[in-house]
Amino acid sequence: MRAIIHSLLLASWLFPCAAFADWGLNMPPGVTEISQAVFDLHMTIFWICVAIGVLVFSIMLWSIIHHRKSRGAKAHNFHENTLVEILWTVIPFFILVGMAVPATATLVKMYSTSDADIDIKVTGYQWKWRYEYLGEDLDFFSSLSTPREQINNSEEKSENYLLEVDNPLVIPVGKKVRFLFTANDVIHSWWVPAFAVKKDAIPGFINESWTVVNEPGIYRGQCAELCGKDHGFMPIVVEVKAEADYQQWLADAKAAKQTASDAATQDWSMEQLMAKGEQVYNTACAVCHQANGEGLPGVFPGLKGSAIALGDPAAHIDVVVNGKAGTAMQAFRDQLSAVELAAVITYERNAWGNNVGDMVTPAQIAAEKQ
Amino acid sequence: MTTLKHSVEAEHHHGPAKGLSRWFYTTNHKDIGSMYLWFSFAMFLTGGCMALMIRAELFQPGLQLIQPDFFNQMTTMHGLIMVFGAVMPAFVGLANWMIPMMIGAPDMALPRMNNWSFWILPFAFAMMLSTLFMAGGAPNFGWTFYAPLSTTYAPPSVTFFIFAVHMMGISSIMGAINIIATILNLRAPGMTMMKLPLFVWTWLITAFLLIAVMPVLAGVVTMMLMDIHFGTSFFNAAGGGDPVLFQHVFWFFGHPEVYIMILPAFGIVSEIIPTFARKRLFGYASMVYATASIAFLSFIVWAHHMFTVGMPLVGEVFFMFSTMLIAVPTGVKVFNWVATMFRGSMTFETPMLFALAFVVLFTIGGFSGLMLAIAPADFQYHDTYFVVAHFHYVLVPGAVFSIMAGAYYWLPKWTGNMYSEALGKWHFWLSFVGVNITFFPMHFIGLAGMPRRIPDYALQFADFNAIASVGAFIFGFSQLLFLYIVIRCIRGGDKATDEVWEDPEGLEWTVASPAPYHTFSEPPLVK
Repeated sequence: MRAIIHSLLLASWLFPCAAFADWGLNMPPGVTEISQAVFDLHMTIFWICVAIGVLVFSIMLWSIIHHRKSRGAKAHNFHENTLVEILWTVIPFFILVGMAVPATATLVKMYSTSDADIDIKVTGYQWKWRYEYLGEDLDFFSSLSTPREQINNSEEKSENYLLEVDNPLVIPVGKKVRFLFTANDVIHSWWVPAFAVKKDAIPGFINESWTVVNEPGIYRGQCAELCGKDHGFMPIVVEVKAEADYQQWLADAKAAKQTASDAATQDWSMEQLMAKGEQVYNTACAVCHQANGEGLPGVFPGLKGSAIALGDPAAHIDVVVNGKAGTAMQAFRDQLSAVELAAVITYERNAWGNNVGDMVTPAQIAAEKQ
Repeated sequence: MTTLKHSVEAEHHHGPAKGLSRWFYTTNHKDIGSMYLWFSFAMFLTGGCMALMIRAELFQPGLQLIQPDFFNQMTTMHGLIMVFGAVMPAFVGLANWMIPMMIGAPDMALPRMNNWSFWILPFAFAMMLSTLFMAGGAPNFGWTFYAPLSTTYAPPSVTFFIFAVHMMGISSIMGAINIIATILNLRAPGMTMMKLPLFVWTWLITAFLLIAVMPVLAGVVTMMLMDIHFGTSFFNAAGGGDPVLFQHVFWFFGHPEVYIMILPAFGIVSEIIPTFARKRLFGYASMVYATASIAFLSFIVWAHHMFTVGMPLVGEVFFMFSTMLIAVPTGVKVFNWVATMFRGSMTFETPMLFALAFVVLFTIGGFSGLMLAIAPADFQYHDTYFVVAHFHYVLVPGAVFSIMAGAYYWLPKWTGNMYSEALGKWHFWLSFVGVNITFFPMHFIGLAGMPRRIPDYALQFADFNAIASVGAFIFGFSQLLFLYIVIRCIRGGDKATDEVWEDPEGLEWTVASPAPYHTFSEPPLVK
C-alpha cells in the first residue's frame, strides 16, 4: 500500500507539477517540515480520490456506452445484494481510517507550540498587520505598499502586485518562531502558504501557531478571513534571514525607532507638518475617509467640513489617538509616532478647504499619549 | 354529515379562481408549487446577475467595474439569495407539486398555511433586496455573516437583513411542518413508509432537518440584533462575549442547511435514473438508511468549517473524523446510482443527462469535500478558492442540476406538453460546459493560494480567473434558454401521454397529463 502511494506521489510530481508549474495548478510544498507533511497528505488524499473516481466513473461510462437502449441492451432485473452493499460500506471506511492516522499525526505536530526560540505577537487591524517581538523592544505595523494607481489601472502592475508591504515581518532561519494571534477589530486570518500556517486572529482571544523555516527567502501570504472593505488588500510578507543578518536587522530596526522618537523633540513648521501629514493621511486614513476627505456616505464619515476637524483641537487629537469605541475608527496611539500624529491631524484641519489655520505639535501629542 | 359531504363535493368541481385572486388566495398545492418554482427562478436570475457582476470584476486584476465595498455586498447577497431564495424554494416547489401526487393525497395537509409560507417569501426578499438602496449599502459581511463584522462593524441595513432572515425562517419551518404532516398522515392506503418514493423520503428527512435548525438560525440573528441594538455582548469579547460562539451557532445551523439543499436532490436523481435506465433502483432500503445517516452526521460535523479558529486538538480530531465518516453513506448513494445504471437499458433524454451530470459532478464536489475534511490540509484550503470550487460543485451541478432534471422530468406532467428535446439538450450541454469552465479552474487558483471574497488578486491568478469568468457568462446566459423552453412548453407542444416516459414508476404517472387541478380526491389503492 505504501509503495503504491509513493509511486503515485512520484507520478504526481513528475507529471502535473512539472508541466504546469507556471500555471500554479497545485498547492506549493512549502519550506517547512510541516508544510511538506501537509503537502504529502494533500497528495495522498488527492490520489485516493482519483483512484476511486476512475473506478466509479469507468463503470458508469461503461454502462452508458454498452448498456444503452439504442444498442439493444435489455434491462436486467437485479437489485439488492447484501455482500456488495457491505463491501462498499466497509472498504471506504478502512480507506478513511488509513487516511485519518497520518492526518492526526501531522495535526499533533502542528499543535506543539512549546519551546519556541522567538515569540511574535501578530495583531490584525482593518487592514494591516501589527508585529510585536515579545521581549525585544520592537513593535511595528505592516501594510500594503502597492500604489493605488496600480490598483486603479492607471499604472502598470508590478511583479508582486498586492503581495508587497512597507515593513515585512523578519524572522531568523532554523529557529522555532511562535506566533500569538489576536485582532483589534474584526476577525482576520494570518496565512503564509509556504509555512502551512493559517490561524484566525480573533479580537479578545489569543491563538497560537509556530514555524521553523529552513530556507532564507521572502515568503508572501494574504489575510484569509473576510474582514471588511479592504480584505483583499492586507498582504503578509515574511523575510527569513540568516541568524547574523537577523541580529543586524533587529539592531537597525531599534535604532530607527529611536530616531523617530527623537524627531518629536525637534521644531516642525506648518509646511513640514502639512507635507508629512498628507503622506501619512494617504497611507493610514485614506482607505476609509478617502483621499479627498469626503469618506464613503453611510459607511465612513467624511472629514471635509466635519465638526471634529473644524472644532476644538483637543477633541480632534482625542479621537485620532484613542479611536472611537464601537466603530471602525481605530486608536492610532501605537500605530503612528508623535510626529506622524501631529502631522496628520494638522493636515486634516487644513486640507480640502477646512483651513482652520491651527497647527498641532508633536509635543501636544506626546502630552495626550501620557 | 350530508352537508359536509355536499360541500366537499361542491369543492371538487371548483376549478381555479379567475384573475390575480387565484394566486393570492389559492390553497391548491399545484398553484403554490408553481408559484414557488417561478419565485425561485426569478431569484436564481437575480442572484445570477450578482454572480456575473462578481465574475466581471474578477475577469482581470485591478479594480475596473465595482469598488471593494460593493463587491462585498454582491458576494453576500449572491450567497443569501441563491441559498434562501433560489435553491430552497425550488425544492419546496417541487415538494408541493409532487409529494401529494406521489403518495396519493388530494393536497397538502395544511393548505392555508401552505399559502402563507409561500407569500411570506416575496416580502422577505423584497426587504432584503431593498437594502441595496439604503445608506451604507446592503449587508457586506459575507453570507456567513461572522460577528463582529456583522454586528459592531456592520452597515445600518443589517437590521433589515435580520428581519428578512426571520421571515424566511418562519416560511421554511411552516413549509417543513406541512410536508411532514402530509407525508405522515395523507398517504394512500397501502402506501407504507418503505414504499414511499425516494423523493418523498429524502424530503421527509430534510423537513426534520429544517425544523431542527431554522430556529437556531433565528436564534443567532436574534443574538446579533441584541448585540447591535440592546447592548448585549454575545459576540463582543470586550463585554465578555465570544466571536467564535457566533461561528459555532451559525454552523450548527449551517451544516445541516447544506444537506437541506442536497438531500432532496438525491431524491430527484433517485427517481430519474431508474426511469431512464429502465431498471429499478439497486438498493432502495440502503438509500433510505444512507440518507438518514447523512442527516444524523450533519449535526455533529459543524466545526469542520472552523478548523482555523484555534479549537483544542481534541476538537479538531473529533470534527475531522466525523466529517470523514460522511463519505461512507454518500459513497453508498453514488455506488447505488451506478449499480442502477449497470446492465440497464439507458436512454438519454434531458432529465437523464442532468441526472448523470449530477452524479459525476456532485461526486467531484464530494471528493474535494473529503480533502477539506483532512484538518491539516484544510489549513491550506480554508477560505481559498478551493472551498469556492468545492461548494459550487455540490450546489450548482449538484443541487441546481437536480432541480433542472426534476423540472424537465415532471414538466410534461405539469403542462400536458412535451418540452423541446433538442432545445433541452442544448440547454444541458451549454450548462454542463459552462459550469465546468467556471468552477474547475477555481480548484487550481485555490490550491495556488488565492483567498476567497477578494475583489482584486495577484497577477499569478489572472489566467484562471479570466477563464472562470468566461464560463460564468456561458452558464448564466444559457439559463435564459431554460426560461424559453419552459414557456414554450407551457404554451404548446406535442401532447404528453399520462405515463410521459416509458413505464416509469410512481403514482404521479397514473393521473392525466396535464395533472387535473384536483388529483386523488378518491385515494388510490397501492398494492
